Amino acid sequence: MESEVSETPIYTPYHPRWYRARVSTYWWSRRWAYLKFILRELSSIFVAYFVVLTLLQIRALTQGPDAYARFQERLKAPVLVALNALAFFFVLFHAVTWFNLAPKAMNLRMRGKRVPDLLIVLPNYVAWLAISTVVAWLLLR
Amino acid sequence: MDVSSHDVLLVGGGGAGLRAAIAVSEVNPKLSVAVVSKVYPMRSHTVSAEGGAAAVIKPGDSLDDHAYDTISGGDWLCDQDAVEAFVREAPEEMLRLEHWGCPWSRDPDGHIAVRAFGGMKKERTWFAADKTGFHMLHTLFQTSLKYNAINRYDEWFVTRLLVDDGQVRGVVAIQLASGKFQAILAKAVILCTGGCGKVFPFTTNANIKNGDGMALAYRAGVPLKDMEFVQYHPTGLPFTGILITEATRSEGGYLLNKDGYRYLQDYDLGTPEAKPVLRSMELGPRDRLSQAFVKEEEKGRTVEGPYGAVVHLDIRHLGEKLINAKLPFVRELCLKYQNIDPVVELIPVRPVVHYMMGGVSTDLHGATPLKGLFAAGEVACVSINGANRLGSNSLTELLVFGARAGRAAAAFASEQKDSWGHVLAQAMDETRRLEGDFLRKTTGRESIAGIREEMQRSIERGAGIYRTGASLIEAAVTLRKLQERFRNVALQDHSRTFNTELTAALELSFMLDVAEAIVQSALHRTESRGSHQRTDFPARDDEKFLSHSLVSRNEDGSFRVEYLPVTLTRWPPGERVYGR
Amino acid sequence: MAEMITLEVARYRPEREREPTFQTYEVPFRKDWVVLDALNYIKDRLDGSLSYRWSCRMGVCGSCGMMVDGEPKLTCATFLSDYMPGPVRVEPLSYFPVVRDLVIEMTDFMVKLKSVKPWIVREEEKPTSEGEYLQTPDQLDAYKQFSMCINCMLCYAACPVYALDPQFIGPAAIALAQRYNRDSRDQGSEERLDLLSQHEGIWACTFVGECTKVCPKNVDPAGAIQQYKLTSTKEWFKSFLMPWRAK
Repeated sequence: MESEVSETPIYTPYHPRWYRARVSTYWWSRRWAYLKFILRELSSIFVAYFVVLTLLQIRALTQGPDAYARFQERLKAPVLVALNALAFFFVLFHAVTWFNLAPKAMNLRMRGKRVPDLLIVLPNYVAWLAISTVVAWLLLR
Repeated sequence: MDVSSHDVLLVGGGGAGLRAAIAVSEVNPKLSVAVVSKVYPMRSHTVSAEGGAAAVIKPGDSLDDHAYDTISGGDWLCDQDAVEAFVREAPEEMLRLEHWGCPWSRDPDGHIAVRAFGGMKKERTWFAADKTGFHMLHTLFQTSLKYNAINRYDEWFVTRLLVDDGQVRGVVAIQLASGKFQAILAKAVILCTGGCGKVFPFTTNANIKNGDGMALAYRAGVPLKDMEFVQYHPTGLPFTGILITEATRSEGGYLLNKDGYRYLQDYDLGTPEAKPVLRSMELGPRDRLSQAFVKEEEKGRTVEGPYGAVVHLDIRHLGEKLINAKLPFVRELCLKYQNIDPVVELIPVRPVVHYMMGGVSTDLHGATPLKGLFAAGEVACVSINGANRLGSNSLTELLVFGARAGRAAAAFASEQKDSWGHVLAQAMDETRRLEGDFLRKTTGRESIAGIREEMQRSIERGAGIYRTGASLIEAAVTLRKLQERFRNVALQDHSRTFNTELTAALELSFMLDVAEAIVQSALHRTESRGSHQRTDFPARDDEKFLSHSLVSRNEDGSFRVEYLPVTLTRWPPGERVYGR
Repeated sequence: MAEMITLEVARYRPEREREPTFQTYEVPFRKDWVVLDALNYIKDRLDGSLSYRWSCRMGVCGSCGMMVDGEPKLTCATFLSDYMPGPVRVEPLSYFPVVRDLVIEMTDFMVKLKSVKPWIVREEEKPTSEGEYLQTPDQLDAYKQFSMCINCMLCYAACPVYALDPQFIGPAAIALAQRYNRDSRDQGSEERLDLLSQHEGIWACTFVGECTKVCPKNVDPAGAIQQYKLTSTKEWFKSFLMPWRAK
């Protein structure tokens, strides 16, 4: 054989006659599925942003009503509104894709048959809805 | 030229080849084994087998029953000592494969499940859903990775055997990726190259089944045994020739003609019952079922399809649940290639060339008359399949005779000293032939595809399910002419890198030799037996022809046909009875 | 005038050119034909120098994987009628070195396959005289899906991780490792985990999920890898929370 075959996984050695196509820096734009994947991964940045925002909000709360009012004023700036709207969309996207992928990683078997994906996805959405309802009720009453 | 050497060399890396390689390593781990395959081993045609592999393990079954079913199925042309050894060793070989991880389908209590199969009186066919060959091959291949003494030459094409002083010394092979020629020397060579279905136009066989090993042996002077016995599997999809496994019938499928009538009852195959009855009707032997189709077609009772006459295979009454559990691949194939859902529709099927009972003549241990040359699997003819093979015997044959040939070759190789003789000169000769006749030649008007298609048409016309002396002579004459015309073939591809036109030309030359062997053997056997049916000699003639035909090439290139009596032990020839 | 369809086929002749080019062929259109039939027509009647792999033409040997209009497919199972009126672009599988025309170099996969120890590993072998290892249909179902892999490597051609990091062990190899891990007869999970929990093993996977989408046999390699990640994590926690369990 031209190439050395070894026990451990190795990068296929360079061979002067084989053609290796270069992987473009924009590989992620070539397929819709790759683009969706990159967006999914990027959404974690927005999740992190929301976490930081929530921490700042809590800090403002502990500093008293004036600090909190100032915080709320700052949030009304159009740039921040736009950013938060975008972040909200990405957090939703993150949650939806996460729930939909959850059953793939689990192999729950009951009575010999694989538990159908929907049965794992649905409780997540239900729990989300339930908790959101509780929070909304607490905030809006 | 490059030379490498090993103790045992396998040509072909399918079920038989891998089993033999493992057997050599188990017998003597110090022997260096080479598996030289023209494709990666997991692409070998064993992968397409669907139905199952037979071995006696259930109570109520016996080795004698399996032997009798096999012998009567082969129309008494099987060597009974070989069959006895086969049925005896089958269960252990199959269990060994199970220990190696083969995912056999199971009974609810965890034991191996078995099902009925054509021509068998008891249920003894082990199965892995309906992809038995696939699972067996992948299990064997993945297990073979454990053995470091096995060196694989993946995608190396063997072009000839090197023989010196009456003994095989190795092979000449082309490394396809680079086009390099190499002499791979060995003390023992085992041919495991499979059958030659591509000689015929309509076959279940893959593109790689060109009778390579048979031609290699034939050209080295080794006789080919029983070449006239070609099995037509009764149920293949029209146009593609894709196999619809016998398991559809063993689970209870019916074969219907254009009137929806189970026509097999007209051909002395029993009376139709709702559930499948062993050795009766649709569970009869393959040769009788294919012959029944031809007769139905003559009577005008088959259905005209866009690709010729078909009959219908009805498995609707089995129900979706069973089909999804036991026949999922069949459903997938029908949906994809025929746009038909067998759960609610009838499957159009017709007989298709499937298996070669004949092949390189070997003894019980896989040894050919040429010292150092062994053969196992479909390429070999031991013979345990006789004039007609029963379904599910061939996958087991790979294991039993692959192991036997491996052990025999290991024992033989252990006794040999390194002495390669004058084979390197032969190897250089071969290189000159390949370059001169193919790679460098630019003049020539014949096309590979043209000659191949004419060969296929003429052999189907002359040596199909029913043959006559006249049709066979016509085929023989045409094949002679095609051999001449082949010399005028010129390649368009002169590259060295992965030249598949070169391999196609070499495969065609193998097929032409094998086709001639088939036609000549058929011409000389003036009787009808099993899958060899002569309308001019319709009866079985045990006085003259209870023998294997052996066709061999003489030194001057002509051939001769001789006969070798069948070995009988405990089953004197009787009538083949099915359905009563 | 019979209906025709155009195929744009990638060619690469290393002795003559440094880079692949495209060649156009006109092929008759038949509704029963798959892309492989068109390629065979080209090779038999138009251009004998076209090289490609194929064997069984029923979707079980795994030889004929190629990119058809940018998607990894088995050409024996891809119907021309889905691409009418054409043209159809046929290229070799992505992310593998190209040897010639539509033939790719797959030694990398063969090495990786061997490295995950795809065989039954047991401390003690039962002799065949004692019969089979019992395995209920449920136990068979636990790994059956992963055993259906035909090694066609369409999954590798769809995996961006493999594209960017060719040392990634890859979907098929990991799915086959799982096939043995989940087999009730096997005792080699720990050995395999040692290799697969390394950097180029399961943790290189970012769950893009394309491998499962393109798999022609529904093996679901992405699922295999994610489940393996869960198992691996559980084992890691067990090993330091309950070190007395380590052998």
